[in-house]
Amino acid sequence: MATEALSVSAIDTYYGDSHVLHGVGFALRPGRLLGLLGRNGAGKTTCMATIMGFLRPRRGAITLFGDEVAGLAPEAIAKRGICLVPQGRRVFRSLSVRENLDVARQARAQGTWTLERVFSLFPRLKERHIQLAGSLSGGEQQMLAIGRALMGNPRVLLMDEPSEGLAPQIVHEVGRTIAQLKAEGLSIVLVEQNIKLTLDLADDVVIVNTGAVVFSGTAAETRTNDRVIAQHLGVF
Amino acid sequence: MQFWIIQTLNSIAFGGLLFLLSSGFSLAFGLMRIPNLAHGGFFMLGAYLGATIVYYGGHFWIAVLGAGLGVGLVGIAFERLILRRLAGNVQGQVLVTLGVSFIIADLCLLIWTGDPWTVPAPAELRPPLRVAGFAFPTFRLVVLAIALVTAVALYLLMDRTRLGAMIRAGVDDMEMARGVGIPVSLLFTVVFALGAVLAGLGGTLGAPMLNAYPGLDTDMLPLALIVVILGGAGSLLGAFVGSFVVGFLYNFGIALFPDLAYFILFLPMVLVLVFRPQGLFGRVQT
Repeated sequence: MATEALSVSAIDTYYGDSHVLHGVGFALRPGRLLGLLGRNGAGKTTCMATIMGFLRPRRGAITLFGDEVAGLAPEAIAKRGICLVPQGRRVFRSLSVRENLDVARQARAQGTWTLERVFSLFPRLKERHIQLAGSLSGGEQQMLAIGRALMGNPRVLLMDEPSEGLAPQIVHEVGRTIAQLKAEGLSIVLVEQNIKLTLDLADDVVIVNTGAVVFSGTAAETRTNDRVIAQHLGVF
Repeated sequence: MQFWIIQTLNSIAFGGLLFLLSSGFSLAFGLMRIPNLAHGGFFMLGAYLGATIVYYGGHFWIAVLGAGLGVGLVGIAFERLILRRLAGNVQGQVLVTLGVSFIIADLCLLIWTGDPWTVPAPAELRPPLRVAGFAFPTFRLVVLAIALVTAVALYLLMDRTRLGAMIRAGVDDMEMARGVGIPVSLLFTVVFALGAVLAGLGGTLGAPMLNAYPGLDTDMLPLALIVVILGGAGSLLGAFVGSFVVGFLYNFGIALFPDLAYFILFLPMVLVLVFRPQGLFGRVQT
């Protein structure tokens, strides 16, 4: 069996005493994009926080190219190559654009991301490199959050709702960037509420509901499965 | 006239000393989210160490450096051996810093007795500086100069280096800083040690004005707390401005309204806590 880029198996995560994730599992193959869908409060962000080490799973395993990472500190997980574009962007507001990128720099043998490459991907960030991140527009902050994750030379990139709160044309731009990163061979987990954006980009889709996986399949299967979409993602 | 000029100068010099005391305290508070209640003890320990080095014939400036180094080592040991084990337990950490402050106070009483130790200013700085018919205390001007140089150095460290940017990132969003691979536990040690070194240096630098005596720790800690609450935890600019504000309030309060000195000192702190709890320049809620 080929080694998966990221494999999450049967993880249980708690906030204090409240049991949030119930045996969640999925696998991301190298160079593919996995869309993680689900309604608000389904456990998508908790799942990202658990993979990143912000929360420690009580049970289950998380492996990065075969190496166990569950239970490691977030900084150790980042060093091994899991990089997060967090929900709400969470740029370091009192740091300049350039400093935001600089503090996240991780050298890696096979890594090719540098400040110059991030700036050529997002020319807007280069124009504003001395500006404080807190003074950027939402779209620019999203670009910075993506650029910051890339500076870590990710082996697996986690993106948590990168389209949230952005104007439609910016969402389109973010979508193009994600497609470009995927075309370069990056393995990506994309968490979204935007079903169309996800189905356009993803190879595989996993749907979670109330902390458990309720569907997994290819994007094409998901697209044609009206029942699944209506039951687990539909508003009505 | 002479009264106002001298009081103003004393306020500014005391403000400089407070900056040495509270800048590291504020950075550690902003980053680690806990007030180090042993910080006054660090200052007092610095004063006693310096006084001892001078007593055994060491030069004043050697004493200043020795006190900084000695207290810095105590700070590193405290952070690595005790605070580190309570990571994530903020309440436990605060209580431990309080406990260590009592231990430092008792050990100082045991070693240096209850009598105050005086430390003379270095001989070359004792004659007053005469400018335009006014006599200025030279030593206080030098303390102020040292504080200003320290402020510039800290500013460059925090604002112009990758290490400084990492510390500010940790103050902004600790979890995310860890998520991008910033080694926060190393930063904790660096910032905590830096605060201890500055408190130790400050203790000896302040000794010719304040002496070293039991209770120096509890006299200084509230001043550092007021500075940090006024300026905002984790803000270097806040610590700088706050130090001089408190320097003026404290000196003029004692000189003009001795009965109300503490009221004058704590009133601005209460106002800031009520109306702007993150402090004048801060971002972190204290």
